[in-house]
Amino acid sequence: MRYLPLTDADRQKMLETIGAASVDALFVDVPKAARLAAPLDLPDHLGEIEVERAVARLAAKNLDAGSVPSFLGAGLYRHFVPAAVDYLIQRGEFLTAYTPYQPEISQGTLQALFEFQTQVALLTGMEIANASLYDGATAAAEAMLMARRLSRRERVLVSGGLHPHYRDVARTMAGGVIEVLPPKLGGGEELASKVDGTTACVVVQNPDFFGNIRDLSGISAACAAAGALLVVVVTEALSLGAIRSPGEMGADIVAAEGQSFGNGLNFGGPTVGLLACREKFLRQMPGRLCGQTVDIEGRRGWVLTLSTREQHIRREKATSNICTNSGLCALAFTIHAALLGEEGLKRLAAINHEKAVALAERLGRLPGCEVTTPAFFNEFTLRLPLPAASAVERLAEDGVLAGVPLSRLYPEAEALANHLLVAVTEVTEESDMAALAAGLEGLLP
Amino acid sequence: MTGTTSGHRGLDFEEPLLFEQGAEGRTGVDLPKPAGKANRLGGLERKSPVGLPGLSEPQVIRHFTRLSQKNYGIDSGFYPLGSCTMKHNPRLNEKLARLPGFASLHPLQPWSTVQGALELIEQLADWLKKLTGLPAVALSPAAGAHGELCGMMAIRAALADRGDKRARVLVPESAHGTNPATAAALGYRVDSVPGNARGRMDLESFHSKLGEDVAAVMLTNPNTCGLFEDEILEVAAAIHGVGGFLYADGANFNAIVGRVRPADLGVDCMHINLHKTFSTPHGGGGPGSGPVVLSEALSPFAPYPFLVRDAKGLRLAEGPGEVPEGAKPFGRLKGFHGQMGMFVRALAYMLSHGGDGLKQVAEDAVLSANYLLATLKDELSAPYAGPCMHEALFDDAAFRKHGITTLDFAKALIDEGFHPMTIYFPLVVHGALLMEPTESESKEGLDRFIATVRALMARLKSGDVVHFQQAPQFTPRRRLDETLAARHPVLRWRAGAEVQD
Repeated sequence: MRYLPLTDADRQKMLETIGAASVDALFVDVPKAARLAAPLDLPDHLGEIEVERAVARLAAKNLDAGSVPSFLGAGLYRHFVPAAVDYLIQRGEFLTAYTPYQPEISQGTLQALFEFQTQVALLTGMEIANASLYDGATAAAEAMLMARRLSRRERVLVSGGLHPHYRDVARTMAGGVIEVLPPKLGGGEELASKVDGTTACVVVQNPDFFGNIRDLSGISAACAAAGALLVVVVTEALSLGAIRSPGEMGADIVAAEGQSFGNGLNFGGPTVGLLACREKFLRQMPGRLCGQTVDIEGRRGWVLTLSTREQHIRREKATSNICTNSGLCALAFTIHAALLGEEGLKRLAAINHEKAVALAERLGRLPGCEVTTPAFFNEFTLRLPLPAASAVERLAEDGVLAGVPLSRLYPEAEALANHLLVAVTEVTEESDMAALAAGLEGLLP
Repeated sequence: MTGTTSGHRGLDFEEPLLFEQGAEGRTGVDLPKPAGKANRLGGLERKSPVGLPGLSEPQVIRHFTRLSQKNYGIDSGFYPLGSCTMKHNPRLNEKLARLPGFASLHPLQPWSTVQGALELIEQLADWLKKLTGLPAVALSPAAGAHGELCGMMAIRAALADRGDKRARVLVPESAHGTNPATAAALGYRVDSVPGNARGRMDLESFHSKLGEDVAAVMLTNPNTCGLFEDEILEVAAAIHGVGGFLYADGANFNAIVGRVRPADLGVDCMHINLHKTFSTPHGGGGPGSGPVVLSEALSPFAPYPFLVRDAKGLRLAEGPGEVPEGAKPFGRLKGFHGQMGMFVRALAYMLSHGGDGLKQVAEDAVLSANYLLATLKDELSAPYAGPCMHEALFDDAAFRKHGITTLDFAKALIDEGFHPMTIYFPLVVHGALLMEPTESESKEGLDRFIATVRALMARLKSGDVVHFQQAPQFTPRRRLDETLAARHPVLRWRAGAEVQD
């Protein structure tokens, strides 16, 4: 077994040094009744070739979304990740390091986290950001809990345009005091009139789940007037390169999914949750923070800081139970954003938008089809004259992943059964769009 | 100070922040210029710049390569960080997780196009169920602490289902801080149970605190002192006797995997840190993955999504309309399906070791820890007698009398080329040093570490206290001022902020 360096001779010598007759003697504290009498019903170990073959066989049973025309989005996006990103995150000193508990030999991870925090703050237009959370959905739930602690109010008002998974995570975390508005495909949701003096926060997504870009100035003013906080959720972080940032529109806390920068789809995870806010909310922010300081020679350096908010110090009084971050995913985010820079980001966002507009115009011309999203970034909703789920199934047989039928995430909403959520990115080619348009046309009654 | 004009010292570079480099208009990604005609942004287009610096690809590669050189990883050397389990990260796992058939799958593809991925999840679940003896597993939690939340939510849901409102959760003093934080986050009153002189939860206190208002006891086993809670069967019987549940923190499952099944210990529910026991890399803080195994009584309450097999094959049940009879999921914990990339790595590790090898993993991890304990306990003092499990615990009694702290000793080890052990934890031991060698360290490697610790102790006994107090001498930075960082938080770069040197 190539991963295990000890030989039988080593084991024997070590047992002699310990003064134990056998390795069983080291397990003496395990109650006899609970010791396994026979080996478990599991296969014996395989060599590297066999393991690779077994796992590759499973991989081959899947239709890889990167190899076919794919228009799936709904919170995770197929973007091009430059080769340099994966090369750099696979450097062993990054990949195989732990939490930077010993800052003198962890300055690499720490400096990268400080850069990540800065990039997230800049992109979201907020004052500060933390060193990442699990994913966008959990970040949104944490933002909601944070707003409750800050406002000392319980009631949470959630936009119907919030990603259904995010909504469900928020419900799981919030208990019964969360009010979710019904979904509204074309935007134009009235939130402001529902905010009152009992509202802890309003959670609104931009662009929303259906693709709508929303002007948040009205709801921001209503929140400010009622003493509620505005939590803005972003599931497509690349949109921040094209549209006004949540900070500019009056957000108090921003929770986002950072997968679009440097991270692949991976069937849904791991990804990277972003959390940014106003500086005055710092002490209620959950998760890790990296801070600047100096060493005993006066040189600038970085450490994990403000851990007095955290579980390992405050235990049951901590702001959250979170103890890790998404370090490596955050690193991939930072490297990709560094490669893009201002110019690259602007271009990438504009290309995404242009291609999406081109496809929306094309599909909107198909008989019986209508784009129901007036303003959007790289994702929009298309109403078909037939159930979207069956269209998706049919097109998948021909190797076209047409998008996400809304019925997948709103199985109970019959009014949404014909709607398809379509995402376009820089990797979408003209031929992909042609394949989708032709495929849909072939299904139309 | 450094003797060079640049501040660099050979291969040790003074690398500025990204934001202190770069030039306007430069980029490291080739993208065509957009035509600039399309605008359906609803009048909400961004007008102000983001403020990202412009760097070329070579600049970015060099920047992050230089940063990586300021990091210690398990690939760099011995990393005996107790309670964290820094074992070898096989590169085969990385290769397999990057197969496009997994890495480029979208979670919302039709089920018919992802049967291989679902089969992988099924296989992983099967291994976890067999290794733990528990019949169900919830795969979506994104980390160990997230798994705790999942397990305790399942317990809360099961109690609520039988109309049982309980207010208290018992947590031993030596538990990970996430345990009490998790219980509190769910609205439970946390009742702390002290330890005994043997480094285990005090059974008498436990019994005295037990009552019919206790939802669960959260036990870490092996515990954070590296010891097996040898009275766990009594604990399980007692908590079950009052209608509560035994939650086990499975962070240290690597000590018993393949040798002991948690179900046989009376555990109802346990999270498993895939990154610890099954070698997925820690990546400087994550991502983790914390699946939770559940007993028959708790399994109906497992969160969305969960695997279902029907006539059409495998799918994940994601909402109320899709669940089989009897299932009463407590909700959803994460977007999409869980940390698939980690599942691939963990399964590759399981297949590489097999049932036979995983048993060997536990044995070698325990053997190595006991070897450290046996060879160092005459130099460093061990607070508890008897064999340890996968980690060896010492306190600071041996060097406190020479006027140095655990921190000083740890920093001196850094200069010797080792990542220090976990220090100051568990809190129940004064100036704790918790060493976890894992199964992937060679005997020669362990012997070098042992020789270094002994040499440092000899140096200390000779009176060279300054050496420890000045350590580390040979790192990119020397002791960093953590108080300053907390008192005057600077959490991001700002244009025009002064660069200190």
